Parts: sequence; structure tokens; C-alpha cells
Amino acid sequence: MSVSEKEVRYVADLARLKLSENEVNSLAKDMNSILGYMDLLNEIDTSNVEPLEHVIDLNSRLRKDEAKTPLSHDEALKNAPDADSDYFRVPKVIE
Amino acid sequence: MIPNTIQDARAQILAGNLKLTDLVEHYYTNIDASNEEINAFVYLNKEDALKQAQEIQKKADAGNHGPLMGAVMGIKDVICENGKPTTCASEMLGDFHSVYDATVIERLKAADAIIVGRVNMDEFAMGSTNEYSRYGAARNPHDTTKVTGGSSGGSAAAVAANMANTTLGSDTGGSIRQPASYCGVVGIKPTYGRVSRFGLVAFASSFDSIGPLAHSVEDAAAVLQAIAGFDERDNTSAQLEVPDFVAAAQNPKKDIKIGVPEEFFGEGLDEGVKAIVEANIKKLEENGAEIVPIHLPHTKYGLATYYILATAEASSNLARFDGIRYGHRADKNAVLDELKAEEAEIKARLKAASDEEKPKIETELEKLDSALTRLYKKSRTEGFGPEVKRRIMLGTYVLSAGYYDAYYGKAQRVRRLIQNDFKEAFKQVDVIVSPTAPTTAFDIGSEINDPLQMYLNDAYTISANLAGICGISVPAGTHENGLPVGIQFLGDVFQEEKIINAGRLVELLR
Repeated sequence: MSVSEKEVRYVADLARLKLSENEVNSLAKDMNSILGYMDLLNEIDTSNVEPLEHVIDLNSRLRKDEAKTPLSHDEALKNAPDADSDYFRVPKVIE
Repeated sequence: MIPNTIQDARAQILAGNLKLTDLVEHYYTNIDASNEEINAFVYLNKEDALKQAQEIQKKADAGNHGPLMGAVMGIKDVICENGKPTTCASEMLGDFHSVYDATVIERLKAADAIIVGRVNMDEFAMGSTNEYSRYGAARNPHDTTKVTGGSSGGSAAAVAANMANTTLGSDTGGSIRQPASYCGVVGIKPTYGRVSRFGLVAFASSFDSIGPLAHSVEDAAAVLQAIAGFDERDNTSAQLEVPDFVAAAQNPKKDIKIGVPEEFFGEGLDEGVKAIVEANIKKLEENGAEIVPIHLPHTKYGLATYYILATAEASSNLARFDGIRYGHRADKNAVLDELKAEEAEIKARLKAASDEEKPKIETELEKLDSALTRLYKKSRTEGFGPEVKRRIMLGTYVLSAGYYDAYYGKAQRVRRLIQNDFKEAFKQVDVIVSPTAPTTAFDIGSEINDPLQMYLNDAYTISANLAGICGISVPAGTHENGLPVGIQFLGDVFQEEKIINAGRLVELLR
């Protein structure tokens, strides 16, 4: 399987990244070399193997429904690039 | 002479021969002397640390101090510490300050450990060299032209250069054990679920583990003891009793069964590293251990499996960095100007176009990214470094429609086969031995342009994270090139005491 530069641009859009032409070019190269290496897995027959989703056998557990103090507005907004007293602020998206 | 280990420092403090404040000052003196060259610490906490030292000294004098009294620690910059910067060595979090303590930090503080500062790493813990850092590369204290290993390079270098007696790192594919090996210190990756991940900035959630780096197996065991155990804030935290790890280090059993997997001693392994690890295995055997040849037949698929699953999880975890709630945000006006300019350009073309050309140009106009989407893209593009972008791209690709089953689904199945190999092996043996890394530390700059080559450094460490089991790296000797070599022991799930036992035997026979 080989990744074209067009696919790299498509994936970048999904990942919300904006790549320069140089980056598209070098990522296509890197991704092809790494994905090429990953093709190694195709030599194993896994048709009767269940996917491993949880690495440790854990039982789901429930916790008590207790009210706890969440982060305050001040703290929650402290790292925001832009905020007023109650909200995160973003640029206008509708004309 | 100030001792290097927690154990010896504590003994001297309790004997009244050493004050905790002097111990802390000693480490800051070492940091002042070496950090410019080693680049292990990225943030220092001196005023707080000295204040804590005074308070804990009072407790020590009164005899009611915690188990980590005498621990002077550096924390990998990926673990949240209330009020302190937590940058993950990324421009994305360049200005970020945590608003709460990770569970491990709460537990270290409760055990009377003193935190002197925060240490360098590869950006978002992605890398095997500590070169991908907004702070620049950390340097190996044994030879400053060499890498420290990564991603917990600062954690390993800080201990090796005596800038702290212990540190915390995180290990997703070998990020504690490989730098521990390159820098000649002890590092433990606990079983998945043994140590709470609450407050660890997520890289690959089904692989990430927090663990200690130290000068001695006993110190590492003591730190692990303090941070291990159930935490209701981490849904994958195991509700199990924590055994006495320190006792396992103090009274190691000699007659242990050690599995030697042929697959970990083959192609790609440096001859000098191999000779040192084999010499250690021989010594263990002479000392009473039983050596059992074993097979882990799916070993060679580990790297490919890991880099599919870990990048997939990373692409999903790092989607949270959108420049809205925290982290880097691109300049809003630049984004709006760019949008206006592109709109104007298309509208001008539309005006001049023939009726036949118009529908195509109109679609272009409709397809233009909104200001908000542009803000996401520009913020992420500016905030993430090259290796992080590479992994987000790979992860997004393997999860994208049409490729999900071929890559992600396939890798999840192979992951089970790898785990089964270990389950079978641990029916026969207590621990499995191998080199920690195929080579000693290499030159800074030598592998940064070849990601696949860099990933190969993780060949022996990665399987522990895939299987969820625990591992330790212990200094095994010095290569003829003058650099440290580490030996790795892998243990079954929740069997840390066995790898601590084995690691301690190596230390005793050195």
C-alpha cells in the first residue's frame, strides 16, 4: 500500500493540521516507509484471534454518585488563550 | 560526602549527620553546576523545595516522617503538578500551568518526598532520544555528545548526573527503561493499572505507565511503593493490594527461574551489549538461578503493532489540543485575514469566470474552511513539533475509513498473540531477561532524520507495553566504548516484586 501526497493532504485535513508542500512531501516519504514496515503483520493469520482491547482483565466498576467540588470557573479558565469571566472565547464563525 | 541514594540519605538524616535542607541544597548546587550542559531540568522549584525540607526535617526529628523522607526528586514534564508549568516539552503547552496534582504527585508529597523541579523529555513523550523537545536535547552525563535516550531522557540524566536522587518518568514503549539503560541508572515500568494515570498527560492510553528512575533497585522500589495502588480517578487502575516492593529488594531470593528468549538476542543486537548481558546471566546462574531457554515467537511483530496502536491512540488523545480551552492559539487576526484574502481571490475569479467555469469555483468557495477550523489547524500546526505531527498523521491514517481493519484491527489481534506468548512463558519462569536496548547511547543528531531507525531502539522494551506486563532496567556493566549497558527483566502482570528481586541480584553481583 502506498500513500500519495493527495492522501497525505486528506489525512492532514482530518487531523486538523496544515502542512507546507515540503512537509507533505517528507511525510509521504516517512509514512510510506513506516507503513511499508507495518505490512509485516500481514504474514500472520489472525482470522481466529479476538482483538485485544483491554490489556488487563478489569471488571467495570461503579462509583457512588456523590457530589464533589469541580474546578472553579477561575481555575478552569486560567489556561484559556482567550476568555471572559464565564466563557472561553473563539473567533466569530458566522458573518 | 553526601550519599546518592534515598536509603543512605535517610539513614544519615535520622542519625543526625545530615540536614534535609543541606541535602536539597546539595542537589541545587549540582544542578547549577551541570544543568547548562546536561539540560535535564527545565523548571526549578527551589523556594518551595527548601520550605518543604524544613517541614519534613521537623517530622524526621520527631520520628513521624513518611517513607520517602530523603527522596529529592525531579518530575517528568508530562505529569501535572498544581501551580507548576506542565509543558510536555511542547510549544503547544508552553504557557500551561496545571490546576491540580496528579495522583502520583499527591502520593509522593504524602510520603514526604521533596520535588526540586521538572525534567526534560521528548515532546508529549514521543521519541527515543529526548531530541524532540522545545528545550533542546538533554545530554548523556556519561558522554555529552550522546543522547540520553527517551522519552524520559531528563529523568534518567538527572539521576545519572546527581541532580536528584530519584525521578518519575513515563513509559509507553520503553520511555523509562531505555533512557535508564543509556544513562546507567535503574528504571521500572510497572504493570499497566498498578500506578494511577490520573494527571498524566495522555499519549497512548492503553500503554502509558508512570514509574521511577533511581540509582538503586531499592530506591526505585521505595518510590514505586509510594505511588502504586488503586485510585478511583483512573478507571483502569487495579483494585489490588500492593505487595512490599522494598522487602523484595532487601531480601532477594537467589533460586529464581529466568527465561531467556532467543528472539531478544538475535539480529540488530550489538555484540558488546550482548556479551555483557550474557555475562550477567551466567553470574545469576552461578549464584543459584535456573536459566530456561524460552520462545516469544511473535516478538518480531511488536514494533509494527505498537506503532499502529500507539499512534492511533495518540492521534485521538491529541485531538484535545485545539487552541480553545488551553494550549497554544494562533493569532486570530492572521486567521481572519487569511480567510478574507482567500475569499476575495475566489470571488474575483468567480466574477471573471465563464458560466461553464462558475459551478466549480462556487464549490471552492463552499469548501473554504471556516475561521474556527482555520484556528484549529493553525494552532495545532504551530504548536506541535515534527515527531508529534508525524505520529498524529500515522495514527489518523490507520484509523481512517478504509484502513481501520487493515491496520488498527489487525494490530489489536496481533497484540493478543504477543500477550499470549508472555502468558505461556510465565507459566514456566518467574522473569524474562534481555538487553534493555540493542545498542548503547548513540550520537546526538544521528537518528533524528530516520524515524524508523529511531523506533528500532524500542525493539526489546515495547513488548512489555503491548502485553501490559512490568519491566525493569538495571545497569549491567560498561561497554568497551565506555558507555553503560542495561539489562532488562520482564515480569508477569502485577509481579513487580519478581523483577525487583531479579534486578537486585544483578546489583549484588556487579
